[in-house]
Amino acid sequence: MDLFHTIIAILESTIRVSVPLIFAALAGLFTERAGVFDIGLEGKMLGAAFAAGAVAAVTGNVMMGLMAAVLISVLLSLVHGYASITQRGSQIVSGVAINFIVAGSTVILGEAWFRQGGRTPALSGDARFQTVTLPFADAVRDVPFLGPIYSELLSGHFILTYVAFALVPFSWWVLYRTRFGLRLRAVGENPSAVDTAGISVIWLRYRAVICCGILCGFAGAYLSLAMSAGFVKGMTAGKGYIALAALIFAKWRPVNIMLACLLFGFLDAFAIRLQGNPLPLIGQVPVQLMQALPYILTVILLAGFIGKAIPPKAGGIPYVKER
Amino acid sequence: MSDIAIELRGIDKSFGLVHANKNINLTVRKGTIHGIIGENGAGKSTLMSILYGFYQADKGDIVIDGKTVTIKDPNAAIASGIGMVHQHFMLVENFTVLENVMLGAEDSQILNTSISKARVELKRLEKEYALEVNPDALIEQLPVGLQQRVEILKALYRKADILILDEPTGVLTPPEADHLFRILGQLKDQGKTIIFITHKLREIMAITDEVSVMRRGEMVATCKTKETSVEELAELMVGRRVLLRVEKGAANPGEVKLAVENLTVRDSRGVTMVDNVSFNLRAGEIVGIAGVAGNGQSELLEAISGIRKAVGGKVLLNGQPIDVTAHVDPRDLRDRGLAHVPEDRHHVGLVLKFEEAENGILGYHHDKRYLKGVFLNTKAIQADAEEKIKKYDIRPPNPRLKTANFSGGNQQKIVLAREMERGPDVLIIGQPTRGVDVGAIEFIHKRIIEMRDQGKAVLLVSVELDEIRALSDRIIVMFAGRVVGERDPDATEGELGLLMAGVEGRKEAAE
Repeated sequence: MDLFHTIIAILESTIRVSVPLIFAALAGLFTERAGVFDIGLEGKMLGAAFAAGAVAAVTGNVMMGLMAAVLISVLLSLVHGYASITQRGSQIVSGVAINFIVAGSTVILGEAWFRQGGRTPALSGDARFQTVTLPFADAVRDVPFLGPIYSELLSGHFILTYVAFALVPFSWWVLYRTRFGLRLRAVGENPSAVDTAGISVIWLRYRAVICCGILCGFAGAYLSLAMSAGFVKGMTAGKGYIALAALIFAKWRPVNIMLACLLFGFLDAFAIRLQGNPLPLIGQVPVQLMQALPYILTVILLAGFIGKAIPPKAGGIPYVKER
Repeated sequence: MSDIAIELRGIDKSFGLVHANKNINLTVRKGTIHGIIGENGAGKSTLMSILYGFYQADKGDIVIDGKTVTIKDPNAAIASGIGMVHQHFMLVENFTVLENVMLGAEDSQILNTSISKARVELKRLEKEYALEVNPDALIEQLPVGLQQRVEILKALYRKADILILDEPTGVLTPPEADHLFRILGQLKDQGKTIIFITHKLREIMAITDEVSVMRRGEMVATCKTKETSVEELAELMVGRRVLLRVEKGAANPGEVKLAVENLTVRDSRGVTMVDNVSFNLRAGEIVGIAGVAGNGQSELLEAISGIRKAVGGKVLLNGQPIDVTAHVDPRDLRDRGLAHVPEDRHHVGLVLKFEEAENGILGYHHDKRYLKGVFLNTKAIQADAEEKIKKYDIRPPNPRLKTANFSGGNQQKIVLAREMERGPDVLIIGQPTRGVDVGAIEFIHKRIIEMRDQGKAVLLVSVELDEIRALSDRIIVMFAGRVVGERDPDATEGELGLLMAGVEGRKEAAE
């Protein structure tokens, strides 16, 4: 029974740490499926987390914080869009630039505004997301086996957590069952086909980039308004890159993305759990090794086990009308 | 209703310093197939792109069905009833036929309703024009001919009355091209107007009703196809008289230079592409290998030139064996007197981003002539390039120009100059005139004959049967990886065609 509770606890924290990955990876899904590679997920998430923390601290309203996060993230996306779609610049350089600018400016602005060493003030009450208790969670708590699964594992998360998981089928539906999705996937594969069919490649890609901005905004807000009580410098800690890895690992498919993010989240939760506790048979495992596992796993699995991950064909290439 | 589908009046278009279209006038009658012919870079594609709204003309009017229209984007062209089948298909490869056909013409935000509507409409079009294709097949799994059919269906789905086909046969095998011509005939019978762009004279004669000739951005003539001839059109295109038939004397075969014995080659999937092939190539003769594309010719060339490992058989070059089943160093083969003009000049023959002079020594860069110690001797390379440019009439005559900026014919001349000027004993040439203009074809053919007359052994592979017949002293026909027959160059086209289709060959092999 003790083991059962340990497992429930690990899975519960798996869900908690997977949420920002899911948001960010789905964000990447929208732009990359449209042919705009985005290495700047990390920066957008960080910028959004800072905006959310700062605005929520000042206004005391969590929704204002969320809106600020989305706004900043969309603005950063538009910068990336302008550089890589309109000006046909290098998508990688633009993404990296955004990451650097945000990493530096959040600390400077945070220090200038709040003087807490780059943090935003700790949030409480209405300035932070509260956990949601699902109906009957308390009533079924004592039902054996299923009870804890419902009331501890599934209930008691933030509203954004449920939003993230709901977005997985929703993204699938948008990409595969709507006209927008069909065109978006087409523009990532062969923009000339879209252009000759009389659809604007540029406007379509901008819309994809905006979708990415909105989702990154959610990811950032989750970090500073839900998972933590305020912004801490560098709080994304590479989650944007893990999300990118998950995206590749999932071969750019929504449901696979959720599973990949859960797997990476699980490794993370497991690593935290293991801190200081030796593994049976193996003994003490360095934390760093566990933290590196998602990346190692991506490389190994991509290299041999899940076959080739074929990116959208026009990905990374600015569209230029042929002469 | 007038009987004129499209009229272009005084269309003018420049890209920077390049005057691509100069005061073009064109009248296309309804329900006809109108050919537009011209060399690469004559401005055909630019003109059609203007008609399809890809570019705006600097000057001039477009009149469709008696009304002057402005076509500012492809949408406007589609609305005016113009559909275009591009040279490089505008298809999304991992989408189904149905998704490709309706892309951009979906009638609701939610796909399901659009899909069912499109399916019904596609079925109707398939029946009406006899254009069968499985609507749920993925494009990447279809052969090129069927992909092109999807492009045509795309245009018809958008209710196009005027269909523009830009170099549609460039990617097709001869039987696929014949099939396309039948489809175009049917579309014409149903009242559609077709504009057919090509640089191949034969196709113009075969299917068009009228033909317009473009040269260097100008429309130089329009005439009824019946009232003109291949010779006249060729002259109009190039601007001078062109010899379409190569003059050549009798061959004077000497000793065996290249002997291929029981060569067997598999492709990367493990499929046997060359099956137990044997033949001899003598000094002073041209042996042509005929066959429909994909019957093992490419793999045969690759194996002989050391690019692909064979699984069995022997090849002797100048009497010395080449270890074709093990690792062969193409550089070693070059040193031993074998030169290779690859079929795919863009991927194998040239580095398009290099300057002309650099491509001119590619593969021979270790030659002492081009070196100064460990460094390249740029002066010598430059001088060498200038000499070849003169001798092969490569235009523009600028050795510093990026190779990508040369036309297809001139790129081919760069490769030919590089390989021929080494004076090899054996010259292997794949598709010498693919995508090459009439004027350049004449030149290339002459050079190949000259090589033969100098006593070189030439192995020629081409999907153009005319070319094989015109140049070869002996013709070997390949079908499904096997040699199914050997004929003299005066064998009729019909006889060779049957061999290429594998009809005659099976009998012969059985006997």
